[in-house]
Amino acid sequence: MPDGRSLRIANGQGFWGDSVDAPVRLVEEGPLDVLTLDYLAEVTMSILQKQRRRDPTRGYATDFVDLVERILPAIRAKGVRVVANAGGVNPEACEKRLLEVAREHGARGLRIGTVTGDDILDRLDELIDSGVTFENMDDGRPLAEIRDRVLSANVYINSFPVAEALARGANIVVSGRSTDPGLVLSPLIAEFGWKADQWDLLAAGTVAGHVVECGAQCTGGNFSRWWEVEGWDHLGYPVLEVRPDGTFDVSKHSGTGGLVSVDSVTEQLLYEMGDPRQYITPDCVVDFTSIRLEQAGENRVRVHGIRGREATGTYKVSISYLEGYRAVGHLTVAGPDALAKAEVCAEALWGRLRRAGCEFDQTLTEFVGVDSCHGSITPPPIPVNEVVLRVGVKDRSRVKVDRFGKEIAPLVTSGPPGVTGFAGGRPKATEVLGYWPALIPKDRVDPKVVVEEVR
Amino acid sequence: MKRVPLYSIAHARSGDKGDGSNVGIMAYDQRGYEILVEWLTADRVKAHFDEIVQGDVKRYELPNLLALNFILHDSLGGSGSASLKNDAQGKTHGMGLLRMLVEVPDDYTPPRVGTQGTVPAAGELGNDGERR
Repeated sequence: MPDGRSLRIANGQGFWGDSVDAPVRLVEEGPLDVLTLDYLAEVTMSILQKQRRRDPTRGYATDFVDLVERILPAIRAKGVRVVANAGGVNPEACEKRLLEVAREHGARGLRIGTVTGDDILDRLDELIDSGVTFENMDDGRPLAEIRDRVLSANVYINSFPVAEALARGANIVVSGRSTDPGLVLSPLIAEFGWKADQWDLLAAGTVAGHVVECGAQCTGGNFSRWWEVEGWDHLGYPVLEVRPDGTFDVSKHSGTGGLVSVDSVTEQLLYEMGDPRQYITPDCVVDFTSIRLEQAGENRVRVHGIRGREATGTYKVSISYLEGYRAVGHLTVAGPDALAKAEVCAEALWGRLRRAGCEFDQTLTEFVGVDSCHGSITPPPIPVNEVVLRVGVKDRSRVKVDRFGKEIAPLVTSGPPGVTGFAGGRPKATEVLGYWPALIPKDRVDPKVVVEEVR
Repeated sequence: MKRVPLYSIAHARSGDKGDGSNVGIMAYDQRGYEILVEWLTADRVKAHFDEIVQGDVKRYELPNLLALNFILHDSLGGSGSASLKNDAQGKTHGMGLLRMLVEVPDDYTPPRVGTQGTVPAAGELGNDGERR
């Protein structure tokens, strides 16, 4: 701890696919106690589940192992602990690989913690038989509608199992589907001994986690006043300094680009927000209308006043299922008359598919450069110099979706003049994954914590 | 009263939320917040987004952050992972709402306004809200 009172926590990964260098820079470019990494989204879980079915040694975020290899010497030297939900649907396999890597690097004494128990795919029938209904939280539909197409089922578990692994001396903790803000809350529970009924403190740690869970989105990334952001090529990722009373500062390492202001932090507080008085997590219910922010220095925002309430009796379950297949294709149409010609291309495409006997569950035609993002909010500039025709289909039949993919390239030679941009080949059908949120009583879930030492 | 782009008196952030998206709109001072509470109703936001929002719009107030949070139901053409749309997660809905023209008192100027021509002043806008 830097001053004996606060814990420095940084998040170096907002999603699987975020900057591969950001976590390395966070460890190397300034003081740090804990590095968190968020690898999971709803879609990610079902992709990982498919990988594990093909190969039992996979199903976790392999990027994380590559990262640990890069930062192992630095985190050992500086005593930085690492918390990541990189375990995906196979935390044990991730742990095994990490232990191998640590041994190869001679990291004797390094402790790796693993949290499991969130993956209930194999227990689904047993749980249904015992009375858990898993009805859809959004519309109340029964799970039976999609049961035979379920690909993954994971519980958003609370932050105490990861905290336990840290308290047992783990230097690196790998979990499955823990919540994104929980990655930050867990080390705070471990460090400060916060209890499971200290709702204001748990809420404060949750808000701290929410601010940094999307990486640079609170330090200048995606910021409305983008013209005020400098140093885009070395944008700093967020560093928290959290005190035992739950108040905290948001900052970034000195010398990095970006900015941390009341405005930039407020924007991230509103990100993916529902009812601000009812921000429900497995650990507590946060009231976002209690949060107070102040600029406490250059690139430093102080956060305090956070109130929380008792957690609910249920955990949220994230279930994914196979909804069908999709494909999306593009063509670029150059002017003059770019938009009119793109419209002719679209009419020709859908007409040819109809003649071939293909009707689809869903089709989409968009004109990128004109109105694909904002529809009729703004009238299109006339004339546009060029436009990208973006067409897509979704259907239960993979064969039909693949047939669609074959109908795009011919437009280059059998459509209006000035059509190009077909270097990528035919778009192939890919699986569409449906998302099914549900609830499960907390006592039906039993997380397990294992801590192994490298010898 | 004068009509100005929302971008000149507020900032925004959006992302996906269940079957739709959410847009957070933040004022730069207390007076700006009060103007938005009065003017930027859920009905006006729904009308602005037109066919993008197929469901209801719900508004929440966060006076501590000078912010309003809008939930745009059924605005992604299917949930994020199942949508065919270019903007499958509503990432650009914040920018879309900032293009709205809002009515504010003639004497209201926010403490921070757009610079470098990024946000045009009211006089540079036509009736359709597009830069001239």
